[in-house]
Amino acid sequence: MLNQSNIGLIFLSAFLVNNILLIRFLGLCSFIGISTHLRSSVGMGMAVVFVTVMACSISWAVYDYLLIPFHLEYLRTAAFILTIASFVQFEEIIIRKKVPALYKAFGIYLPLITTNCAILASAFLGIDYKLSFIQNLVFAFGISFGYCFIIILFASIRERVDSAPIPASFRGVPIAFILTGLMSLAFMGFKGLFRL
Amino acid sequence: MKQLIDFRSFYAGIWKENPIFFIMLGLCPLLAVSASLKDALGMGAAFMFVLAGSNITVSCIRRWVPSHIRIPVFIVVIATFVTVVDYSMAAFLPPLHRNLGVYLPLMVVNCILLGRAEAFASKNNIINSALDGLGMGLGFTLAILVIAAIREIPGQGTVFGINILGKNYTPFLIMIMPPGAFLVIGFLMALKNRIGRKNKC
Repeated sequence: MLNQSNIGLIFLSAFLVNNILLIRFLGLCSFIGISTHLRSSVGMGMAVVFVTVMACSISWAVYDYLLIPFHLEYLRTAAFILTIASFVQFEEIIIRKKVPALYKAFGIYLPLITTNCAILASAFLGIDYKLSFIQNLVFAFGISFGYCFIIILFASIRERVDSAPIPASFRGVPIAFILTGLMSLAFMGFKGLFRL
Repeated sequence: MKQLIDFRSFYAGIWKENPIFFIMLGLCPLLAVSASLKDALGMGAAFMFVLAGSNITVSCIRRWVPSHIRIPVFIVVIATFVTVVDYSMAAFLPPLHRNLGVYLPLMVVNCILLGRAEAFASKNNIINSALDGLGMGLGFTLAILVIAAIREIPGQGTVFGINILGKNYTPFLIMIMPPGAFLVIGFLMALKNRIGRKNKC
């Protein structure tokens, strides 16, 4: 089981074997929408890494120190989404004041992230797998690096596809999905890497 | 002025404004649970309940919610209904609940739910909002069932778990694995573009 394996395996599992985009199908709206340009993909990838790691740690703490002691586990869905939404707002204000350069790099993507299901999913999955705090942190890093890696890879592919002669009906989103399918096929190869 | 009961809001969601094929929102659950028809039907039903419930509630409270905090209020309403579905399904249909896994609570960030609350239910009366929720929910269910049929029949040779292609059929496994979902949706969208362009000519 995942919660008994070591930290390296947890990272690899989240990063490659169960890649959040290609195998778990999460965060696709932002993925398809933003990956048209390499520059914006890098910004989005960075913002996702940052927010996922922070949001996962905070929601882990909320669950273990607030919801479990008061037997409020059923409020998990509402509690997490509100925690993440308010945290992103709070973070945006702090970054804008303290690190304007970083704020410029993240741009519009920071507020957009609240509705990215990959973030909420990593918080839920960390709880579902009963990970400890450190394991949860590594898991969040794995998931978000997986997202960042794939979106950058995919944006560079897509910039080339834009200039390729493809049938008119396939232009834009359809070809993007088919490309994602092919990448996903390649990632299925990692499935036999180790068993969890 | 809109009529008290307007059935157009029901039909719009099924085809003309189908949330999946024409507006392209909320794709994550669509890809994730469309490997089998049973799971797809369960997800569709859960989705329809949450959408109708949240639309009705948002429509009831629309006069008292100040406009600058409306989004958090809508999210809490949606989260409540999602929690209700999550816990009822865990109690009454545990195998389905296990299959849907994390995708069920994740409905709370689905853009269709918040989109309908914001675009329709916060401006229309209760009956029309309920109709809109049911119509959109039905449209979502039909879309997810179509995709599940395209994936399950070649992928396992079964319909709702019942074998229809005979014992000697070799399953086309890629269809029920994650890449199959991406390929099917890519080709369906290309088909939709093609039909759309023909109609325009």
